Amino acid sequence: MKLELSRVIQGGARLGVLQGIGRTGQHSLKVPGCLLYTHFGTVPHLTQDTLQTVNNLPSVTQVTLSNIAEHQEVLEEFKEGFKAFAGLHNTVLYCSLHDPATRSPTGYATNKTVSVWGSGGRIELTASKFMALLKTVKPDWYQSMADGETWQTNTSRKRIRKSVDRTLAYLDECLLVHQKSQDLDGVELFGVVEGGDVMEERVRSARETAKRPVAGFCLDGLQTGSVDQALRTQLITSMTTELPEDKPRLLQGVGRPDEVLACVEAGVDLFEGFFPFQVTERGCALCFNYDVSPDPECAVLELNEEKHSAGDNMQPKGDLNCEDQTQMTSFEMNLKDKRYQDDFKSLVEGCGCYCCKNHQRAYLHHLLVTNELLAGVLLMIHNMTHYQNFFGAVREALATDKMDLLKKRVHGETRNT
Amino acid sequence: MSLQKALSAASPLTLRIVAECPVTKARACDLTLPHCTVNTPVFMPVGTQGTLKGITVDQLESLGCQICLGNTYHLGMRPGPDLIVKAKGLHGFMNWKRNLLTDSGGFQMVSLVELSEVTEEGVNFKSPYDGKEILLSPEKSISIQNSLGSDIMMQLDDVVSSTVKGPRVEEAMHRSIRWLDRCIAANKNPDKQNLFAIIQGGLDAELRKACLKEMTQRDVSGFAIGGLSGGEEKNDFWRMVTLSTDHLPQEKPRYLMGVGYAVDLVVCVALGCDMFDCVFPTRTARFGSALVPWGSLQVKQKQYAKDFLPIDPDCHCPTCKRHSRAYLHALFKSDTAAMHHVTVHNIAYQLSLMRSVRQSIVEGRFPEFIRTFMKRMFPSRDDYPGWAVDALASVNVTLD
Repeated sequence: MKLELSRVIQGGARLGVLQGIGRTGQHSLKVPGCLLYTHFGTVPHLTQDTLQTVNNLPSVTQVTLSNIAEHQEVLEEFKEGFKAFAGLHNTVLYCSLHDPATRSPTGYATNKTVSVWGSGGRIELTASKFMALLKTVKPDWYQSMADGETWQTNTSRKRIRKSVDRTLAYLDECLLVHQKSQDLDGVELFGVVEGGDVMEERVRSARETAKRPVAGFCLDGLQTGSVDQALRTQLITSMTTELPEDKPRLLQGVGRPDEVLACVEAGVDLFEGFFPFQVTERGCALCFNYDVSPDPECAVLELNEEKHSAGDNMQPKGDLNCEDQTQMTSFEMNLKDKRYQDDFKSLVEGCGCYCCKNHQRAYLHHLLVTNELLAGVLLMIHNMTHYQNFFGAVREALATDKMDLLKKRVHGETRNT
Repeated sequence: MSLQKALSAASPLTLRIVAECPVTKARACDLTLPHCTVNTPVFMPVGTQGTLKGITVDQLESLGCQICLGNTYHLGMRPGPDLIVKAKGLHGFMNWKRNLLTDSGGFQMVSLVELSEVTEEGVNFKSPYDGKEILLSPEKSISIQNSLGSDIMMQLDDVVSSTVKGPRVEEAMHRSIRWLDRCIAANKNPDKQNLFAIIQGGLDAELRKACLKEMTQRDVSGFAIGGLSGGEEKNDFWRMVTLSTDHLPQEKPRYLMGVGYAVDLVVCVALGCDMFDCVFPTRTARFGSALVPWGSLQVKQKQYAKDFLPIDPDCHCPTCKRHSRAYLHALFKSDTAAMHHVTVHNIAYQLSLMRSVRQSIVEGRFPEFIRTFMKRMFPSRDDYPGWAVDALASVNVTLD
């Protein structure tokens, strides 16, 4: 795996391509970018047929041990690894610990173990069990074991220090097994940087992790709801200055477009793609504007009109510490709203996704009010497409010095430009 | 008679009998409707609320579905006929390019709505959404179905549970005939939308015959056999089916309502039915029950946790091509897409079963097909349901 950076913008934002990823090295992933979010290898609501209607799917698929751990015996018997088990062909598989769309309870990590929560409840993992699991999963990348329980505000310094120590100790244990295991030959391990909201701990965690032979870094404990963006930016900056330039940085648990932009500017390369799923689950469609093309006049008007007209049932902006991730953000429209009952426009005018090309808002509204399963399918297709295109716009903005314009667009300050 | 023929010729439906089984009453037809030609015998999946449970119209089309159902009761309530008109009919609303059949709404009225009362005028009920009193008359049903723009509309019939006996059955039969006349008169789009009559008469052969005699004199595009599949004895069921097809005209399609189990489909094709619908294959899929040539396979059962075969190794559906029983078993714990996988498989199963049935009729080997089908479906001859053996014997098919 090789990170080729074509631009590093002062302040931290990086534009480039992760080349030669996957065991056979035939894949690549543009950064900044996001991973394909799945439940047990399946993009929520979608079968392969419906998923394949989405263009430019991320080349890296994320699965979580929280989904997989309870099926370890099955995978052991299957032997061919998770990709073959899940019918995933032609993708890079990244295995992380927790599902970024749900909060894991705290108070369970010990010096020897971390816990994941599957459908059957809590499963406790020691480093050796963790590594045994990964040998059956056979991912291309994986996140090292980590104590990420410090995301709650008011976590004590002592607890934060302990989480950094533990996570480094876990990493050393994982590395020991990893380096001795033939099964994990060619598999890339991502070290996890912890440190809660304490700058010195962040720096220490980053510095120590960077000393280990890891392929990249997961920045943990900064998920939406844990810190506000100003602090998150500071903490990320403090870490990225400690991290080598040539290795990717994956930020866990952050997906809101405004937060993504700020984190990209602080030097983050990769995000988990769970945000479109959360939007889908609340019956909403992403509709924010990300157009930074040279002639925006005609393209943006429609989007902005929509946002403004839908304004009265939207969450106020800046409510970043909101604990409840089920709350709608200003980047989406609530299709359950009665106003869409007889609205025969596509979700987002000009969007090329399967949903927008084939269906109208009124139909989506109907599917939502009647609790029909197709609502989730169509919204997921649209939201994934919109989000992928947003990342495309981020890269374009970095390439053409338009990050300020993009931020304005995303924040919805472009009316009548 | 000549007038009736002229009217029929003008109807937006043509039926071409492609092949008739020399042994049974089965036939293979090409049923041409406004949106495309349907190859019969056909199973019609049910898309109750303008969507087929989690499946996109493109998926449905690529599975080879040529006609599916929408429910007038549900769609009439939400989103309502006015909105559907604005959306260019149900086809436009759900963006389905092929044929649609809509029911009359009467069945749901009786089965779903507790507070309903049947009078000569129609069915009175309280809306479960806003509590308003609503009258579903034959005129109202057709008016909604005209708004939906379905290729085949069903008459409003007076539905009585198939287990009810006595004068109520006779009353319902006569009323259904009167309502048929009102439906025919109410159809605003006879050039674009077909109307099917529904034969009633419960489990009483004389009432059925009387109903058949009356209804076959009306100018409708096709006939449905109604009032069955409601928990009656299978022995009664098949006798009513075969009696109905004996008296229905050859040149019009016969639709057996609410039938969708594989064995029932094969037997009732042999008894001369062309069209079938049932929620069963899609509903059961959501509970993890996959239809297979040997019955069904409960994917969620523990025994499939380590079973790395596809649901049916011989099936060519997208689910079976990619996923194992073990993966689906596990996925049921993680995501609703597991239901969609089984739904896709079950629709594929139903449609491919009917294609095989048709092929065997065309090739003149339907009786052999039935024998092979039954052998695969049941572990031994002793397990064959008696009613199916009798029904098949009545059309000259003896099982080995």
